[in-house]
Amino acid sequence: MSFAANFPLFCIVLALLCAVVSGVLRWRAAAILTEVMAAAVAVMSAFVLALALRTGQSTSYPMGHFPHPWGNELRFGILEPLVSGVFSLVLLCCVVGGRKALNRDTEPEKRNLYFSMVDLIQASLLALVYTNDLFTGYVFIEICTIAACGILMIRQLGRTTLASVRYMIFSLLGSGLFILGIVYLYSITGHLLMPELKQSVGELWQSGQYRTPLRTAIALITLGLCIKSGLFPFHFWMPDTYGYSTPCSAGILSGLVSKGYIFLLIKIIFDVFGTEVFYASGMQTVLYVFGVAGMVFGSISAMRENDIFRMIAYSSAAQIGYIYMGIGLSPRLGIVAALFHTLTHALTKPALFLSASRLSEVSGGSKRFKDLQGSAHKNHAAGAAFAVGSLSMIGLPLTMGFIAKYLFALAAFREERFLIPTLLALAISTVLNTFYFARTLIRVYNTRDLGAVKPVGLGSQKRFAAAGALLAGLNIFFGVIAQPLIDLLTRGVALLAG
Amino acid sequence: MLLALWDHRIQAAAVLLFAVGFVTLLLHRNLLKKIIGLNIMDTAAYLFLTSVGYIAGRKPPIITGGDRDPASYVNPLPAGLVLTGIVVSVSVTALMLALTIRLYRRYHTLDLDQIYQMALGEQEEGK
Repeated sequence: MSFAANFPLFCIVLALLCAVVSGVLRWRAAAILTEVMAAAVAVMSAFVLALALRTGQSTSYPMGHFPHPWGNELRFGILEPLVSGVFSLVLLCCVVGGRKALNRDTEPEKRNLYFSMVDLIQASLLALVYTNDLFTGYVFIEICTIAACGILMIRQLGRTTLASVRYMIFSLLGSGLFILGIVYLYSITGHLLMPELKQSVGELWQSGQYRTPLRTAIALITLGLCIKSGLFPFHFWMPDTYGYSTPCSAGILSGLVSKGYIFLLIKIIFDVFGTEVFYASGMQTVLYVFGVAGMVFGSISAMRENDIFRMIAYSSAAQIGYIYMGIGLSPRLGIVAALFHTLTHALTKPALFLSASRLSEVSGGSKRFKDLQGSAHKNHAAGAAFAVGSLSMIGLPLTMGFIAKYLFALAAFREERFLIPTLLALAISTVLNTFYFARTLIRVYNTRDLGAVKPVGLGSQKRFAAAGALLAGLNIFFGVIAQPLIDLLTRGVALLAG
Repeated sequence: MLLALWDHRIQAAAVLLFAVGFVTLLLHRNLLKKIIGLNIMDTAAYLFLTSVGYIAGRKPPIITGGDRDPASYVNPLPAGLVLTGIVVSVSVTALMLALTIRLYRRYHTLDLDQIYQMALGEQEEGK
C-alpha cells in the first residue's frame, strides 16, 4: 500500500490534534495553526486524489489492522479526496477572509476556542467524507453539530444565542432520527460497516424479508440527514443561523457543514442501501418533490427579505433544494449534477457572506438594502467577489452555477417522468434568483446620491482580497474549464457505486 | 399483528418513547422540557439497541470460566454503541443547558416564544 493511503487518517488526526492544542494557545497562534492545518489537509487530499487516480479503484483502510467485518475502516476513491480538498480550501478561505469581522464579533480571550471549534468541524467533515462505518458517521455528525453550535454562539448577541438554540433543536431532531435509523438497520442486518451492510440490505430486499423495517430505516436515515442539511420544509433555522453569526461561521456553516451531511447521504445511498434499493424504496420521489419545493419557496422567501445576510441564507435553502432535486432525479447523472452543485455552493456561499459583511461594513454596519446603496464603489474587492458569487447563483455562463444547472437539465432529459417539472422548476427558480440577486447587485453598484467616496484599498484588506480572489477565481475557473471536474465526478460516482 | 407486537413489546415501547421525546423536543415551548424531550428521545434509541442486543440465556461477553464458545455469550457491540451514544447525548445535553442558562440570564424566561418576541423587539431598538 502506498504511503499516501495513510493520509486520510493523518488528516483527521491532525485536525483533532490541532483542536486540542488550540485550546491552550493564544488566539493568534491558534489561528495560524488552523490555517496551516487546512492548507496541509488540502495538499494531502491532492496526494490521495493522485493515488486514487493512479490505481483507479477505491481503497479500504482498516484501522488497527482488524480484518473485515470487525474493524473500523476508512475508505477513499476519487470523490472523497476531491471533496475533502475543496472543503479544506473553502475552510481556509473562510478563516482567512473572515478574520476582521471575527475580531469585531468575539472577545479576545475566547477567540482561541473559536479556532478549536473550527478544527473540530474540519476533523468531523473529513471523517464524514472518509468513513466506511455508519456508527462512526453518527458520532462525527454529533461532534460536527456541537462544534457548529460553538462557532455560532461565540457571537454573544441575543439573536445569535436564540439562533444557536434553534439550530441545535433542529440538528438534534435530525440526529435522533438518524440514530434510530441506524439502530433499525443494525437490528435487521447485524452490520455497521458499509460494504457488509450493502450486501445484507441487497439480500433482504431480494428476499422480501423485513421489508417494512428496511423501508423505515431508509426513510429515517434520509429524513434525519435532510433535516440537518436544511432541506425545505426544515429550513426555518437557516436565516437566523446564517444571518446573525459572524461571517466566517456563516460561510463555514452554509458552505461546508450542511454539505458534509449531504455527501454522507450520497455515500450512504451508494454504499449502504445500494442505488437499486434506494431508488425502488420511493424515498427518491420524496427528495425530488421537497427539493423542487425548496428551490421555489426558498427563493420566494429570499425575495421578501430586507436584510442582505438573511437573503443569502434563504438563497441557501433554495440551493440545497437543487442538490436534493438532483439526488432524487437519477442515480448517476442526477447525483453527478448534485455533487457538482454541492461544490459550486461550497465555493460560492462563503464568498457571498464574506463580501456581504465587507459591503455592510462600509455602509455604516447596516445590513439593510437601502443603506447598502453604492457600497461596491466604496470597496471594489468586496463588490467584485459579491458580483461573481451572485452571477454564479443566478447561473450565468462562465461560472460554476451555469454548469450545475446545465447538468441538472441534462440529467432530467434522461428521466421522462421528471423532465417537465425539472425544467419548469429550473426556469422559475432561475428567474427568482435573478430577481433578488440582480436587485442587490444593482443596489450595491448604484452611484446615485453617492457623492465623492474614497474606496477601501486592497492594501488594508489583503487577507480578504486573497480569500475572495481564490473563491471567485475557482468559481470562474471551473465554470470555464468544467469538463475535467465533471469527468472526475463521474468516475468518482462510478467508483462509489462499485 | 397484535401477537407480533407483543413479541416485540420492548421495541414497540422504545419507538413510542422516541415519538414522545421527538414531539416534545419539536413542539414544546419551554426550553427545559425540550431538553427533557431530547433525553427521552435518545434514551429510547438506546433502549431499542439494548433490547435487540440481549439474547435470553446467553452470558455477558466476559470469559471467567473455561467456556470459550462464542455461542454462549451475547455480542458486546450493541452495549458499546449504547455507551458511545450516552456520551454523545450527555455532551449535547450539557451544551443545550449552557445555552438555556445564557438565554435565561438575558431574558428571564424559559419560554422560547417569549424569548423570540423579546429578541425581535431588541433588534428594532438597535436600529
